[in-house]
Amino acid sequence: MLPLIFIAIAAMTLVGAIGVVTARNLFHAALFLVLSFFGVAGIFITLEAEFLGVAQVLIYVGAISILIIFAIMLSRGIARTAGSVLNAQWAVVAIGAMLLFALLVVLLLQINWPVVQAAAPPDAIAELGRAFVDEYVIPFEVASVLLVVALIGAIIIARERES
Amino acid sequence: MDFVSDLFVNLGRVWTDFLSMYLAPWLVRLINWLIVSTILLVIGLVTVLFLVWLERKIVARIQDRPGPNRVGPFGLLQTVADAVKLLTKEDITPAGADRIVYNLAPALATFSALMLMAVLPWGPRLIAADLNIGVLYLVALGSVATMAILMAGWSSNNKYALLGGFRVVAQLLSYEIPMILAMASVVLLAGSMSTQAIVEAQSPLPYVVFTPLAFLIYLLASLAEVGRVPFDLLEAESELITGYNIEYSGMKFAFFFLAEFINTFIVSIIAVTLFLGGWRGPLVDRFPVLGVFYLGIKVFVLLFAMSWFRGTLPRFRIDQMQMFAWKVLVPVALVNLLIVAVAVKLPGGLWAQAAFALAGNVITLLVTLGLLGRAARRFAERRGERLPVTT
Repeated sequence: MLPLIFIAIAAMTLVGAIGVVTARNLFHAALFLVLSFFGVAGIFITLEAEFLGVAQVLIYVGAISILIIFAIMLSRGIARTAGSVLNAQWAVVAIGAMLLFALLVVLLLQINWPVVQAAAPPDAIAELGRAFVDEYVIPFEVASVLLVVALIGAIIIARERES
Repeated sequence: MDFVSDLFVNLGRVWTDFLSMYLAPWLVRLINWLIVSTILLVIGLVTVLFLVWLERKIVARIQDRPGPNRVGPFGLLQTVADAVKLLTKEDITPAGADRIVYNLAPALATFSALMLMAVLPWGPRLIAADLNIGVLYLVALGSVATMAILMAGWSSNNKYALLGGFRVVAQLLSYEIPMILAMASVVLLAGSMSTQAIVEAQSPLPYVVFTPLAFLIYLLASLAEVGRVPFDLLEAESELITGYNIEYSGMKFAFFFLAEFINTFIVSIIAVTLFLGGWRGPLVDRFPVLGVFYLGIKVFVLLFAMSWFRGTLPRFRIDQMQMFAWKVLVPVALVNLLIVAVAVKLPGGLWAQAAFALAGNVITLLVTLGLLGRAARRFAERRGERLPVTT
């Protein structure tokens, strides 16, 4: 049952990803990106990481996609569909992409991935919270300081010039 | 009598046992999920019918007129008549509109409203999906609604709809933060994000006694999230010609309307669950079926209060709304979170913690009101008028 669900969700993610790069209308590309974000959230949930799945929806769909859409809407000329989605160097890039794909397939099949057989702990989110303030408190605090710096920087950049 | 005392859970158990005799377990689970989803959908939609009528009656009585009283007894079928009217309207798609996105937006708005019903506890063991991240799930789906409205504003090919869409997103994003901070203080008090666990943890005292300020912040922030008065600039008929849903007619407009009322209902249930004790009440441990009844009464009180706001309050301007969110609600919510975090770790037992949190909240509220009063007085003096002196 689980492989079927995984294939369905992965197909949704891939359709979204392909749509992002091939859509002619930039706004549609952003919406396809939202679809692939939902797909990734679904994959997190099949891996029993519900917190990550819901946080993915909250952060990516709820905030980052809206930011992307604002940036798209406030730039000019997006209503015009781009003439062709390919540019002149498409052959070289296609060869490079196929080589990368071959490399990734070989890597994924060759490496002995360590798999944890145990089920996820029932109290996963309490464990996560405890880890944030116990072992990983320094990265946690540094990330908070980084966010505050970004916030202050954004306010300063967007502030009206007092003349 | 024993069967009736826990009616819904027992009904579910009898039905599942009956099905398990004939079908495989996974099929029984699937059928149960489908039935529960259908029941929740029906509850949502039928409640909206009643809610629209209730709001029109209350607002009408506040304005000293009878309200709808022609269609059906006491005008109860008025919403049905409205729905039929909206169904029979011509379905227009504006020229140059983005067809797929235009049709997807109302569906997405209603989708995110209805999905919220999955984690609401209706009774002692009566919940559709007891996620252990219930509160986070509620917040995440609220942010999907923001996406839907932005899509609606964009795809209408109308600059007023687009402007309305931008404003909506600004408002919804700004008020998400105080809402999440208020919910975070409840999660701190309960020690769990599961909605059922939060209701069960409000054992002698509901959390509104611990943090009345968080209740107030949550109520105001969720009013803004739903788009109700006094924050209903988003769909004000008289300003910005109803904003993002101007180009929608017929059933698609009805979907947006439906999404707003379902959101109102669900936000009231969430407020009752987080702060007022959910399905708790006298004798609920012996007769669990009374839980649904108590939940209904508390939710009705909140819905009445929201309709009361609608009938009496004017609406905010967009800059006043933003100022209120960022300069008043966010600092107060942060201070409240700090007070609750300290209160939870106090050694004295439940009543000492409650007293400390309550005292901290009252002090914060008085300080905030004092600062706001001083700011208002300075603003009025700068404009050259004096505020009326209250004796």
